[in-house]
Amino acid sequence: MREVSIIGIGQTQVGEIWERSLRDLAVDAIRAALKDAHLERVDALYVGNMLSGECIAQQHLGVLIADWAGLGPIEAVKVEAADASGAAALRMGYLAVASGVHDYVLVCGVEKVTDVDAETANAAWSSAMDAEYEAFQGVTMPALAGLLMRRYMHEFGVAREDFAPFAVTAHANGANNPYAMFRSPITAEAYAKAGMVAEPISMFDAAPLCDGAAAVVLCPRERAADLSNKPVHIRASAVATDRLAVHSRRDPLFLQAAYLSAQKAYLQAGVSPQDVDLFELHDAFTILAAMSLEACGFAERGKAVHLAKEGGIACNGRIPISTMGGLKARGHPIGATGVYQIVELALQLRGEAGANQIDCRLGMAQSLGGSGATAITHILEA
Amino acid sequence: MNVPRYWRSERTRYGLVGEICRSCGKPIFPPRDVCPHCTDEGQDVHPFGGKGQVYSFSTVYDAPAGYTEYQPYTVALIKLDEGPLVTAQLTDVDNEAVHIGMPVEMVTRKIKEEGENGLIIYGYKFRPVLESKSSRPDRF
Ligand SMILES: [Zn+2]
Repeated sequence: MREVSIIGIGQTQVGEIWERSLRDLAVDAIRAALKDAHLERVDALYVGNMLSGECIAQQHLGVLIADWAGLGPIEAVKVEAADASGAAALRMGYLAVASGVHDYVLVCGVEKVTDVDAETANAAWSSAMDAEYEAFQGVTMPALAGLLMRRYMHEFGVAREDFAPFAVTAHANGANNPYAMFRSPITAEAYAKAGMVAEPISMFDAAPLCDGAAAVVLCPRERAADLSNKPVHIRASAVATDRLAVHSRRDPLFLQAAYLSAQKAYLQAGVSPQDVDLFELHDAFTILAAMSLEACGFAERGKAVHLAKEGGIACNGRIPISTMGGLKARGHPIGATGVYQIVELALQLRGEAGANQIDCRLGMAQSLGGSGATAITHILEA
Repeated sequence: MNVPRYWRSERTRYGLVGEICRSCGKPIFPPRDVCPHCTDEGQDVHPFGGKGQVYSFSTVYDAPAGYTEYQPYTVALIKLDEGPLVTAQLTDVDNEAVHIGMPVEMVTRKIKEEGENGLIIYGYKFRPVLESKSSRPDRF
């Protein structure tokens, strides 16, 4: 296996991007990434996307985007793993380069959900769950998170207000990210008064579904220095899965897939959680941020809210998370999110993160599909 | 949506019919061909008693397409007396009164209407049991 590096990154504005279509967004991110990599051609394109079929009646995205981005008759496929689709596409790109099958690979995550109304997008997102035994009962993704949060509060004796620091930190960081959907800080008081989506999940616990595209260019590490003066190296790439339905998991409050994929990643990179300088985690809901920190070894069971309360997750804390706003404030363009995390980590490792810059060498990103049935972890190094 | 998708699983959804694994003896719900505990393939049909307790719950104010007429409604994870967790809507209940550990029992109710000709789809929901006979309250 060859080592793999990232030599180009690109992203679009995240939000309700009415004037740009799915293909426009993907092309924008790809052109930016190719320009950053000083490349014009690649050998393959892997597209991460979840809902193009449900939201814009368009599948066959690999070829659509290769065609419209002018990439020629290359290998091009869409990869789907619910919310972790973008990270899954990166995983495929990583394997293609590491194995020696391809030298130059583009990975693009893209989502377009605002061409349909919110109820339709919400119902489509529910297809990340078990359609027959979870979504069938009218369970939404926020409701599934609500089930986890309520039980977590019960078992670990914490209050809903204890989750406020996750939302407050994400919004504080998003305020300094020009690509973020939400650029206004929020207060713990505003969090406490927020309207309920699926009690105890409020609008400030839940990331917004939105549009966006992000892309990265990969190549073998031995060629990276020739092409980029700031290559970022992929030290680990690991995927693990759990039971699809929450009700089938041994312990619903422990993200087994997140734990396993993080452990595999630590082993591959030869590092431990103490070596990780920042962690772009999957804060689709505040409860998932807490459970991810615990599963990946940054906090003991039931203690992540205390870590957050003590400032441990802020940019100057022990383990900064959501440093460019996370899913909560940057936004959650579902199938693109996993690639946004990688672009943001690369910005941090290249020293280009602006006001939110962290002194860092090693960063970790973890993308979850649905409520954590898929977990994809990447560790990057400057 | 085609009707076979629903009649295929009617027995499971109307009657909470699951399985007992012939190899490891564990109760399984929903039923599946490969045991999730030991991966063997042989199971015997097992109708669950339909009694359990609320393990967790969430009240939905922002329902997806197809469910908006019922909101707000409460969904729950139910710990069945036989062991498995089931995801289901609660019915005949005051959303404010739901609590973890609340004894509940299965009933068959309308889940939603679908399509232009209003296909009505039924399935299990859970409602509160007034006299608490559920076992293992110490688990909660
Ligand atoms: Zn078995």
